[in-house]
Amino acid sequence: MLESLAISLVDAVPVLSGVPLWTITLLIMVVVAAVVLTFALTYAGLATYVERKVAGDIQARIGPNRVGPVGILQFLADGIKLLLKEDIIPAKADRFLFVLAPYLVFIGSFAAFVVVPFGVGLIASDLNIGIYYVMAITSLVVVGVLVAGWASNNKWALLGGMRAAAQIVSYEIPVGMALLPAVLIAGSLSLQDIVRSQGGLFGIFGWNLFHNPFTFFSFFLYYVAALAETNRTPFDIPEAESELVAGYHVEYSGIRFAFFFLAEYGDMFVVSALATACFLGGWHVPFLNAEALPAVWGNLFSLGVFLGKALGLVVVMMWVRWTLPRLRVDQLMRMSWKYLVPLTFFNLLGVSLWLLLFQGRGIPQMIASLFG
Amino acid sequence: MKARAEALPTQEMLINMGPQHPSTHGVLRVILRTDGEVVVNARPDVGYLHRALEKIGERVTYAQFMPFTDRLDYLASMNCNAAWAWAVEKLAGIEVPERAEYIRVIVCELNRISSHLIAFGSFTADMGAFTPFLYAIRERERINDLFEEICGNRLTYNYVRIGGVSADLPDRFLEKTKEFLDYFDPKIPEYNDLISYNKIFVHRLANVAVATPEDAVAYGLTGPNLRGSGVRFDLRRNEPYSVYPKIDFDICVGTGERGTVGDCFDRYMVRINEMRESVKILRQAIAQIPDGPVMAKVPRVFKPPVGEVYFRAENPRGETGIYLISDGTVNPYRLKIRAPSFVTMNIFEKITRGLMIADIVAVIGSFDIILPEIDR
Repeated sequence: MLESLAISLVDAVPVLSGVPLWTITLLIMVVVAAVVLTFALTYAGLATYVERKVAGDIQARIGPNRVGPVGILQFLADGIKLLLKEDIIPAKADRFLFVLAPYLVFIGSFAAFVVVPFGVGLIASDLNIGIYYVMAITSLVVVGVLVAGWASNNKWALLGGMRAAAQIVSYEIPVGMALLPAVLIAGSLSLQDIVRSQGGLFGIFGWNLFHNPFTFFSFFLYYVAALAETNRTPFDIPEAESELVAGYHVEYSGIRFAFFFLAEYGDMFVVSALATACFLGGWHVPFLNAEALPAVWGNLFSLGVFLGKALGLVVVMMWVRWTLPRLRVDQLMRMSWKYLVPLTFFNLLGVSLWLLLFQGRGIPQMIASLFG
Repeated sequence: MKARAEALPTQEMLINMGPQHPSTHGVLRVILRTDGEVVVNARPDVGYLHRALEKIGERVTYAQFMPFTDRLDYLASMNCNAAWAWAVEKLAGIEVPERAEYIRVIVCELNRISSHLIAFGSFTADMGAFTPFLYAIRERERINDLFEEICGNRLTYNYVRIGGVSADLPDRFLEKTKEFLDYFDPKIPEYNDLISYNKIFVHRLANVAVATPEDAVAYGLTGPNLRGSGVRFDLRRNEPYSVYPKIDFDICVGTGERGTVGDCFDRYMVRINEMRESVKILRQAIAQIPDGPVMAKVPRVFKPPVGEVYFRAENPRGETGIYLISDGTVNPYRLKIRAPSFVTMNIFEKITRGLMIADIVAVIGSFDIILPEIDR
């Protein structure tokens, strides 16, 4: 895809024809990566601000209100503070692994942004194994968390790391199985294809959410499991402030801590984006086809729609976090293996049977065909 | 299979929970011996906040010790103040004006509400829900405002005096208290809706760390912790003091409504229900309070007769006992304080065996311990 983009760029700007094609491709790659990373970091920063405002609202207080108008610049102040903090590596820590862990977590979380279908043509790389790629790359987070817990040489961090590893590995199974119905319906692993498959019928009844009862439940199962995979309350037992102090990142300070922090918010967006793309029709809205609009407007419009849906789900996560208490570790495991895994499996079976019986048509389509 | 088990030896881990830990409610240190997540043994190690208050009590006069009682249980200073005053009055046989006794009951019950609010808030925060804590603080703030009006302080009040109280109630205090009660009463069902019957919350607490009624009595649990085990015992009723006999209220006990009698949830629910009873007591006290003086005649150089006394009061955390020996001089010959939280730590090791690490936090929170009182 990038290569074709490079070729079209050369066609459009003849001056570039002297430059070797691979340099242009590389340049575009760097630019796209920079754009995605900038977006991701800005989002993560603003999300921390929104989280604190949401928390403030829920807790009957104001929240940040000192830096900038209504405290909007608070996240910049916090970021600068974290940058200026002393970087402490405990004397008995495994230095190499201690330094490595935040990068693993950060990469695992932010590399997933590459395949997020932000708009009609706005996707950094439309991999044909999109969902598979996300599942694989976010697994890097487990490694990072485990390494962080081990390398800190702190018993609380170790406990947190072990909990996190057990939790994320357990919940990846229901997450994967809950996403599969969307793959089955679209017949593709590419996120962009999955979004495209949900157009049609006023733009809302094509959404996988309404395709059949099984996909409807699949969405909620996915959301719950994804909440657990991102270590958010009520499933935040790896961090569990009141039990493990801070879990695996208890020994981290300054910008290294910020990496874990940003990764958490990155993760939140990634799982919300996946839910949006797979169940809520991605950038589709009722009565308006973004693909039919002129390229620039279509892209901008679809970007807005997609971000609106995904960030809405992120806010729901924050809402949940400040409302619910935390589960215990054994209850968490029981929930995954005794409830979510069988239920998602049952759902997957149900969707497969549905597709087989009704030749891939959803309930809205069937109702529409009744009326001709 | 056996060979593999030998190749992968497991070992118990010794973890220090505290003295610096967010959920030990102060500087409690719990030495955990764990097998993975399961606690094999949890031994509380107290004494990090020891200030020798009992010894200080022997070096200062009876009246001078009053501010030190503020530092016993700083979330229920009024109750500690009053317990000290009642003990000394019992020793010296001082007759306290009725209005002063009513004022004491009013401030004690207000303080009980504020103390239980903190217990409720910090307990839910321990369970991972941070929001209720701020709701509790919001309500407690209004009680602090009321206390600020009567004595100028918001945490360590030093309001009660031997023989009465330091000053009469300010203007409109009773009306403001009534306004607070009208505001606060509907909040309790709101807490229950918000968190008490939340499924996760109940699952975390039901059947966890059960203290059977026999154990609770044998290990000397008192106050809400004892009542949480289903034992109907409240000093305000069973050994009435002050004007409590004239006031009608129920004793809340654990019923095992979501699990076993005496589990963490019961101890939690007893506190929630007691706030409601305190509101009831306050309404009656406000209706009954007579006019009159608020201070008895107590000589400036106060020398109680030779003798000894033990007085126990029902404080928010249980039975605060004050044992005094007087040798007829201005300072006590011996002072011993029975701190409810300290005695509660006895049962800790027994009921935490075999729980998970997360449950330890629940147990500490459900006992609602306070460290300055444990260490004195």
